[in-house]
Amino acid sequence: MFDNLDFDVIRRSLPYLFLDGMSFTLMLTGLSALGGLIFGTLIALMRLSGYRLLGRVAGLYVDFMRSLPLVLVIFWFYFLVPYIGQWLTGASRPIRVGAFTSSLVTFIMFEAAYFSEIMRAGIQSISKGQPAAASALGLTYSQSMRYIVLPQAFRNMLPVLLTQTIVLFQDTSLVYVLSIPDFLGAASKVAQRDGRLVEMYLFAAAVYFVISCVASYGVRRLQARIAIVR
Amino acid sequence: MNYNWNWHIFFEPNPTGAGTYLDMLVAGLLLTIKTALLAWVIALIFGTIIGILRSLPSRTASWIGFCYVEFFRNMPLLVQLFLWFFVLPELLPRAAGLWLKQLPNAPFWTAAIGVGLFMSARVAVQLAAGIGSLPRGQKNAATALGLTTAQGYRYVLLPMAFRIILPPLTSEFLNTIKNTSVAITIGLIELTGQARAMQEFSFQVFEAFTAATVMYLAINIVVVTGMRFLERSLAIPGYITGK
Repeated sequence: MFDNLDFDVIRRSLPYLFLDGMSFTLMLTGLSALGGLIFGTLIALMRLSGYRLLGRVAGLYVDFMRSLPLVLVIFWFYFLVPYIGQWLTGASRPIRVGAFTSSLVTFIMFEAAYFSEIMRAGIQSISKGQPAAASALGLTYSQSMRYIVLPQAFRNMLPVLLTQTIVLFQDTSLVYVLSIPDFLGAASKVAQRDGRLVEMYLFAAAVYFVISCVASYGVRRLQARIAIVR
Repeated sequence: MNYNWNWHIFFEPNPTGAGTYLDMLVAGLLLTIKTALLAWVIALIFGTIIGILRSLPSRTASWIGFCYVEFFRNMPLLVQLFLWFFVLPELLPRAAGLWLKQLPNAPFWTAAIGVGLFMSARVAVQLAAGIGSLPRGQKNAATALGLTTAQGYRYVLLPMAFRIILPPLTSEFLNTIKNTSVAITIGLIELTGQARAMQEFSFQVFEAFTAATVMYLAINIVVVTGMRFLERSLAIPGYITGK
């Protein structure tokens, strides 16, 4: 069964897989999570702002993004980002956008919808007395959000946010559809070049599995620690 | 924006020679629905078995359930599809591998089974939580009435648990539909794949993707409306969602 497999191909391509592929994946995951969290928090604040129109717009955005498959969204932004860039910079023709920028914009916009639901739950979990006390102390809305509500909401939701980031880490593999060399893309390139699909895909699966397992174990530990502190 | 919009493109004949571009997209939509339904049946069957295993008092059973869920949850769906599609036929005995590779419609079956197993881990977690949320008295009452464990699950615990977890199951079903689009990577030309093909043939990028987007939104609305009706008619009296 394993007799005509050559696992040495993995050793030979390790530098390419990790220095190029995995660093792309991790960078994309990290920056998308950060951007998604920032935009997601803004969307959550819009939905809870009490201004009906603002809330409706934010709600529509979230529902819209959540009912589309990520693959379709990746294609959308891949073709749309050059035009958005043209519109923003006022250039005469659609601007050229690199693979990384394009996928980063995609994942930030897509994940913002998911992160905003988490942050909304987090903000709603804060008791009403907290913002009331803040405004009694003379804090403005933005001060009360910045110093009282958001830090607590973020902390309460940290395990869920991290779990969503693990999902995001796995989802970044979908940039494969644009032939971008992220970790899976790099593995697949080597696999096709050397005709070693079995070895490379098994290895890629193992790497994703180990990283996700370790990360979710870490999240469970964190959850237990946070639960004790409160 | 110097993009040439042409909404009439949908009614122009497509290069495959069979019908218009719209026919292409509709064929994709039907394939998406077909794949998602088969995947959902697989997810429900395996999810129920594993969910029950996780809720049993036996250590071994819940350990098996835990391993199953961790296995399918910690790998990207795309990688799992690659494992089923490219790796599995090579690892099987030669004859079986050849048979698998020559199977007609291989992408369809791989996608349905791959997405189904991926989603079954999520269904299992939901079901185990649903069973866990039932009061202990239900199981005890079933035992007191002389029902065996299997009968207790069949007639008491499962009917209750499934009705409780119907809302989360709705969103898992929506996820199943969306996840079928990942199968574009193993050559399944479902809705997203047809939109992509239309973009490559006609260069009308945004019309193609807009049509696909509208179709996905329509599926969503239909499923959400249908499930809301089902939830209302199956709600358990006395529970928050009940009458």
